[in-house]
Amino acid sequence: MITVKNLKKQFGDNVVLDGIDVHVDQGEVLAIIGPSGSGKSTFLRCLNLLEKPDEGLIQIADTKVDVKKMNAKEMHQLRQKTAMVFQHYNLFKNKTALENVTESLIIAKKMKRQEAEDIGKELLVKVGLKDQFYQYPVTLSGGQQQRVGIARALAVKPRAILFDEPTSALDPEWVSEVLQVIKDIAQLKTTMIIVTHEMQFAEEVADRVIFMADGSIVEQNNPKEMFNRPQSPRTQQFLNKIGTGELND
Amino acid sequence: MNLNLDFDYLIHVIPHLLPFIPLTLILAFVSMIFAVIGGLILALIKRSDIPVIKQLATVYISFFRAIPTLVQLFLIYYGLPQIFPALSGMTAITAAIIGLSLKQSAYLAEIFRAALGSVDKGQVEACLSVGMTKIQAFRRITLPQATRNALPATGNIFILLIKETSLAFTLGVVELFAQGKILAAASLRFFETYLALALIYWIMIIIYTFLQQALEKRLEKPYLS
Repeated sequence: MITVKNLKKQFGDNVVLDGIDVHVDQGEVLAIIGPSGSGKSTFLRCLNLLEKPDEGLIQIADTKVDVKKMNAKEMHQLRQKTAMVFQHYNLFKNKTALENVTESLIIAKKMKRQEAEDIGKELLVKVGLKDQFYQYPVTLSGGQQQRVGIARALAVKPRAILFDEPTSALDPEWVSEVLQVIKDIAQLKTTMIIVTHEMQFAEEVADRVIFMADGSIVEQNNPKEMFNRPQSPRTQQFLNKIGTGELND
Repeated sequence: MNLNLDFDYLIHVIPHLLPFIPLTLILAFVSMIFAVIGGLILALIKRSDIPVIKQLATVYISFFRAIPTLVQLFLIYYGLPQIFPALSGMTAITAAIIGLSLKQSAYLAEIFRAALGSVDKGQVEACLSVGMTKIQAFRRITLPQATRNALPATGNIFILLIKETSLAFTLGVVELFAQGKILAAASLRFFETYLALALIYWIMIIIYTFLQQALEKRLEKPYLS
């Protein structure tokens, strides 16, 4: 489903991704954890080319690109295979909740407005926002905004959904409702990659957990093993820190 | 108190000025349209990383913000034909529109650049992530929000422009102010004529301000909690 080979990214002299190899199966839920600055968000952003990697191969479904040689058309094709849910929601502020979901359908997929709105409403109902169709983002709570963000990502029927710390910017009171929506989507066997600081959530929802540090994958395992019997000292140190509540961005 | 003010003349002169409002407005509107187009192009260049062209835009903005409008109008109308004889057929109205557009595009470029910059990049990323192109993102998401941000300052530029059209009289264009000057010289009722002119400009600006507020209110709708 998703295969990444030797993905590298540097910002100036700072090596952010030092040759990442990952494979994700169809329907698999992969959680990526790790300290701030480990490159996990950059990795996610490289997958849909919001950051341009320096080198490496990315294959998602039937689109395969060599990032060094890709052209604009390939970039666009690869991007269309995934959708992203952002830490800061990034909703379109000039659009209603429904328009946020239907915008890409009408503008990029040239779908008829009526058809797009039917899809949009169905998705908003699914994420628990049946009464908020016509509200603008500024009138929504953080949790509601993020749920609109999830509906917007689902609308394009992506082969995989990328979650970039979807609950990090939320007030604690809204975290659980967003996590519940993500769990519901995971139940449908949607391929997902989730970068998160919510360890308990990662343990509950993920099929596999990757621990990243300093631009590399240090360790990967099923959640039970990863959280109960971490192998590498680096992972142990990280999980211990979180356990005592010292982790802070 | 014996004020030497002829109210009757003040009332009488207004109908003789009104027919010149359309030319003033046409000068302002047409210049504004060109200035907005030019300003947007300049703002986009300034936001890009195209070498040379970006520096040229900076020089353009610096130059046209610096020189007085009158100098600019004279330079275009009286100066350019001397260097380029082909331009000697240029009408005064054309020269005035060119001069005013060039100048205001430089001011608008800075306003538009700031307005575009104030729309957070995350929304463009969101567009890209759901398969929209950069151009679609600009047209559907960035531009509408930037418009709202730019509107108050752009309105001020338009008000300035309406007033600066009066400088076109120096090129021989008989617009509102030039007509006032002609009438005042003929009747020698300077105060009444110029007061009538001032009132007409004032009312035009009041009407425009009202229209702009209505538009602002409409564009503001999505952002009110």
